Amino acid sequence: MNSKKIEIAVGLFVALGFAAFFMLALKVSNLISYESESGYKISASFDNIGGLRERSPVAVGGVRIGKVYSIEYDNESYEAVVTMEIEPQYNRFPTDTSAGILTAGLLGEQYIGLEPGAEEEFLTEGGKIDVTQSAIVLEEVIGQFLYSKADEKE
Amino acid sequence: MSFSRGSRQIFNDISLDIPRGKVTAIMGPSGTGKTTLLKLIGGQLKPDQGSVEMDGNNVHQLTRKDLYQLRKRMGMLFQSGALLTDINVFDNIAYPLREHTDLDDSMIRSLVLMKLNAVGLRGARDLMPSELSGGMARRVAMARAIALDPVMVMYDEPFTGQDPISMGVLVNLIRSMNQSLHLSSIVVSHDVPETMSISDYIYLISDGRVVTQGTPEELKNSSDPWVQQFIEGQSDGPVPFHYAASPVMQDLIGE
Amino acid sequence: MNVLDKLQKLGQSVISVFSRLGQATLFLYEILLTIPGLLLRPSLVIKQLYTTGVQTLVIILVAGCFVGMVLALQAYYVLVDFGAEDSISQMVVLTLMRELGPVMTGLLFAGRAGSALTAEIGLMKSTEQLSGMEMMAIDPMQRVMAPRILAGFLAMPLLTAVFMAVGVLGGYLVAVHGVGIFEGVYWSLAQLKVDFYTDLMNGMIKSVVFGFVIVWIAVFEGYDSVPTSEGLGQATTRTVVHSSLAVLGLDFLLTAIMFGDI
Repeated sequence: MNSKKIEIAVGLFVALGFAAFFMLALKVSNLISYESESGYKISASFDNIGGLRERSPVAVGGVRIGKVYSIEYDNESYEAVVTMEIEPQYNRFPTDTSAGILTAGLLGEQYIGLEPGAEEEFLTEGGKIDVTQSAIVLEEVIGQFLYSKADEKE
Repeated sequence: MSFSRGSRQIFNDISLDIPRGKVTAIMGPSGTGKTTLLKLIGGQLKPDQGSVEMDGNNVHQLTRKDLYQLRKRMGMLFQSGALLTDINVFDNIAYPLREHTDLDDSMIRSLVLMKLNAVGLRGARDLMPSELSGGMARRVAMARAIALDPVMVMYDEPFTGQDPISMGVLVNLIRSMNQSLHLSSIVVSHDVPETMSISDYIYLISDGRVVTQGTPEELKNSSDPWVQQFIEGQSDGPVPFHYAASPVMQDLIGE
Repeated sequence: MNVLDKLQKLGQSVISVFSRLGQATLFLYEILLTIPGLLLRPSLVIKQLYTTGVQTLVIILVAGCFVGMVLALQAYYVLVDFGAEDSISQMVVLTLMRELGPVMTGLLFAGRAGSALTAEIGLMKSTEQLSGMEMMAIDPMQRVMAPRILAGFLAMPLLTAVFMAVGVLGGYLVAVHGVGIFEGVYWSLAQLKVDFYTDLMNGMIKSVVFGFVIVWIAVFEGYDSVPTSEGLGQATTRTVVHSSLAVLGLDFLLTAIMFGDI
């Protein structure tokens, strides 16, 4: 008798819970970007990666086209090797494309910005970007500024 | 068998025989552990020494499954009735039937109504336990205890706190059900007149041992002063009226 | 002399903590054994899902909404000084998913459903209903305890998801309609910055763990309670206090494990 009402209430409750979960998963998290797991990987070496982290964005002209897949240190070349995963539909990057570590906004997070080059061949899986621009480290800039100021005085 | 709870020894080497088909009473002063005895028989508690045997089975050596099978043949009436408070009278009695048998709804309905009829509460089937008086709750519990047609029923203080009419009803029911259903009944109580009126055999327990045993007649004619005090309900005798204290005059004058 | 007494008391209480934990674990083990059989009777679990889950839903909805709104408000006041008020959604969603969602739902659940569970079982114990069931050859572990534990285990993540969702919506109300963040910015930034696995799933894992512990404590305290009215009150209080502390303690542990690497 009463159990019918209880069953309906519980059913609604469970449905509500799942609905909430899916709403969160789809609207508020980056679940969608996980679907395109099958990107292609290219790498680039930097002297200093600054505040770059795994999953930091990779963008061209401000548009996100991939993410940082892994960051490693090469013991022999003394450089930081960053592997990026680019979404498969963006496969027209010339082999002389350059990569720089930029900052979003003034105090924002760091990301890799790609500047397409002019070659005719395109980067593919495992490709390497040769022209890189390391991150700007604030302390170095300030140091340079102070140094040049001291120079001026003399 | 012997049984202790913590540092208190409740039963010291006692021995009881419950005959089949009869009403056996276990009486004694409050707090002698009569309820504990029922729990020991039912397998809820385990004796430290000795054994409890029912129908040739050592209760405490059975596997859990077998113990549960054995319990289906025992009915127990708790002091408070112990009805499940969230379901009504009908469902309470139907509960063991639904759990332990594969009978269909119409059969269960007939059985439940028959059991209720035996205790005279067929009309109360839709009430909730909270709506029942104490006596009615006990009768419902009784109906539930016989739901699976057990061979033995244990009654824990069935008469305590009942008005004379309910008392009379319960007394009658216990005796008549024992006869008509060929049960073996164990009644634990300290209500002397009622219990004596329906029992075939009585065990008097105190201080963890059997003080005396016999038919109601034998006990009434017993020469043991303690037995006499208990049976007659005398306020003073081997069990003194005054709790141990210094002499009156000394106390009043004050120290 | 006095110091020795105190040491002895301390030793005793430490031992009793472990002994209680042991009792509770054996109790849990017995219950878990009955679960395969229980799955044949889903109606018992469903009924418990109703009392633990559905009846806690209202308080979760209200609390979630308010918490989300307050979060957004406070986030705005702090972020606006950095000109970073657009990050408001990121802060609201991450805080809700990683911490506030599971923890607050856990605390509310412990207070509402946990205490009710303890009281109910304690009452069944004191009115000898549990004994009665045993004498009717019905296993109270399977019929009474196990359904409640399963239900708590299932209800908590659902409730937590609802809390998080309502919180995010509450935050949206304050951010977009209260303080003037652009709607598109609110949702897209959250989508960008919130990671499904690290943030949402970790939060859900936390809620499952919390739910399990809360219900375990609640049911055990009820089962172990002294069958008097005073004893019942003590048991209910213990449930709320212990499970709340357990939630907070486990939260720290889980946070360290889950988010410690980043």
